[in-house]
Amino acid sequence: MTDEERLKVLEEKAAELRRLAEQDGLDLHEELAVLERKIAELRKQLYLDLSAWARVQLARRPDRPSGLPFVQALCEAFYELRGDRVVGDDPALRGGLARLGGKRLVLLFHHRGATPEEQRASRFGMASAQGYWKAKRLMEVAARLRLPLLTLINTPGAYPGVQAEAHNVAGAIAACIWTMLRHPAPTVAVILGEGGSGGAVALAAADRVLMLENATYSVISPEGAASILWKDAKVAPKAAEALKLTAHDLHELGVIDEVIPEPLGGAHTDFSATVDGVRRAVLRYLEELSRLSLDELLRARYNRYRHVGAQGPGA
Amino acid sequence: MPIRKDKRERYVEVEVSGPREPLWVRCEACGELIFKRKLQENQYVCPRCGAYFFLSARERIVSLVDPESFRELPLPAVPEDPLGFADQMSYRERLARSRQETGLNEAAVVGEARIADHPVTLAVLDFRFIGGSMGVAVGEALYAAQAHAARARTPFVFVVSSGGARVQEGVLALLQMVKVVAGRELLAQNGVPYIAVLTYPSTGGVLASLGSLADVTLAEEGALIGFAGPRVIEQTTGERLPPGFQTARFALEHGLVDQVVPRAKLREELAKVLEVLAEEP
Ligand SMILES: [Zn+2]
Repeated sequence: MTDEERLKVLEEKAAELRRLAEQDGLDLHEELAVLERKIAELRKQLYLDLSAWARVQLARRPDRPSGLPFVQALCEAFYELRGDRVVGDDPALRGGLARLGGKRLVLLFHHRGATPEEQRASRFGMASAQGYWKAKRLMEVAARLRLPLLTLINTPGAYPGVQAEAHNVAGAIAACIWTMLRHPAPTVAVILGEGGSGGAVALAAADRVLMLENATYSVISPEGAASILWKDAKVAPKAAEALKLTAHDLHELGVIDEVIPEPLGGAHTDFSATVDGVRRAVLRYLEELSRLSLDELLRARYNRYRHVGAQGPGA
Repeated sequence: MPIRKDKRERYVEVEVSGPREPLWVRCEACGELIFKRKLQENQYVCPRCGAYFFLSARERIVSLVDPESFRELPLPAVPEDPLGFADQMSYRERLARSRQETGLNEAAVVGEARIADHPVTLAVLDFRFIGGSMGVAVGEALYAAQAHAARARTPFVFVVSSGGARVQEGVLALLQMVKVVAGRELLAQNGVPYIAVLTYPSTGGVLASLGSLADVTLAEEGALIGFAGPRVIEQTTGERLPPGFQTARFALEHGLVDQVVPRAKLREELAKVLEVLAEEP
């Protein structure tokens, strides 16, 4: 039995004990405490020093907290806005008006889907041109209303398809970057799972960029890098390491502002704790940013991206 | 780099001009041996069969600007190899080889020039340098060129030849997409026009940022224009690509560019645009 399987067995046992305690009114306090200590130790061993590749696997889990259920748990209210007004509506990139911590804002997020049908429809979170044209439209709604913008990113990348090209997916991504860079109110981006390439950066030209501990943010998938640079898709774990795509690596590089800790074992082990962690961090940054004048806000954002990567030895 | 013919289009690479620049080059399309000066005079199009040669950045500049008018701007210094990246070859080694092969320091050449006597600020990517890919150095160069254009109030002309973001610089390369758009914002704030020229290839992160945000967008005949490469699309989606997919003509038909221009007419076309955009004296 692997450690992971052992952990699963222990967790099932603990759940059963809890059920028994509740149903039959048994006092199983001590037994539960012992079991929970064991579980915590095992999780720590398993997850504390994860390899980049292991985090890639965690970030891609279909049960990872993200998408519409995450948004519904995060916000007090969410009203979805749909369609790019030209071609259609993309279920992989969604958004709308939201209330968070009592404040109004506009929210954009990737939706990978929970059921196989949803996952097919949203192409596992790969948004096409109409998704990014819709995102640009919603950014403009937020700009007109002077509302903060919050983006929740979880995508393997923009969808590479014939229709996507015909509808100018490259232009849509470029337009999102430009629109977000000019946004006349605070902007916060949180990478919840995969931050895949252009499809992620389209929603990430923000004042603050946060990542969940096991999220990834990368110029290319490890598999893609492995096959292009190593000519061998099997070295993807090595490529994942070299690309410096983990939250901790990117925080060290100064590319992101904060690593939001996940429940031990990964975000999927505790949905509501993950949502709470994200909510606290987002509200803290929105509060901090709200104290800046518009001029200060835009100047700081502009400087951040104008200099990205150019500081350090040799510059 | 060997001479290579791309099967999708009629592009043929010129033998790399190094310290020993070849006097003669062979057209891979028709086999004709062409005197290089003659080729230059013919805008790098085979005089016998009309095939397009792959242009280096410097050759592209010569083909577009008034003689002797180009004044190169120095590229900003940046930290090299920010990730300490190595695949089968270390990134530092790859950079060193590219520098030796191309005689360039990086994949972008920027400067001031005149086109039909109109002053412009010009940025040109060189595909031979790691696929014309955009890392921190190219991002800085494109930002600096736009800042220069905004200051000098001269139209910005960007000739794209790039496979996208530079993988070896990871997310730092990805974020250059935002940096070059920040430069684009400077042009807009100063009312300075931006003309993009999309050539073979204009793909990935360069197209999905600065490449798609011009006021006027020209596509060179024979260009490849698309976010994702044709092979990636086929492999990911299983879709069959329609004939002419991602060509300059496809881009025109789908409303992505303003005009498709044969290479021999590109300089003339730019002059027309610059003429109509020139401020009243
Ligand atoms: Zn020929």
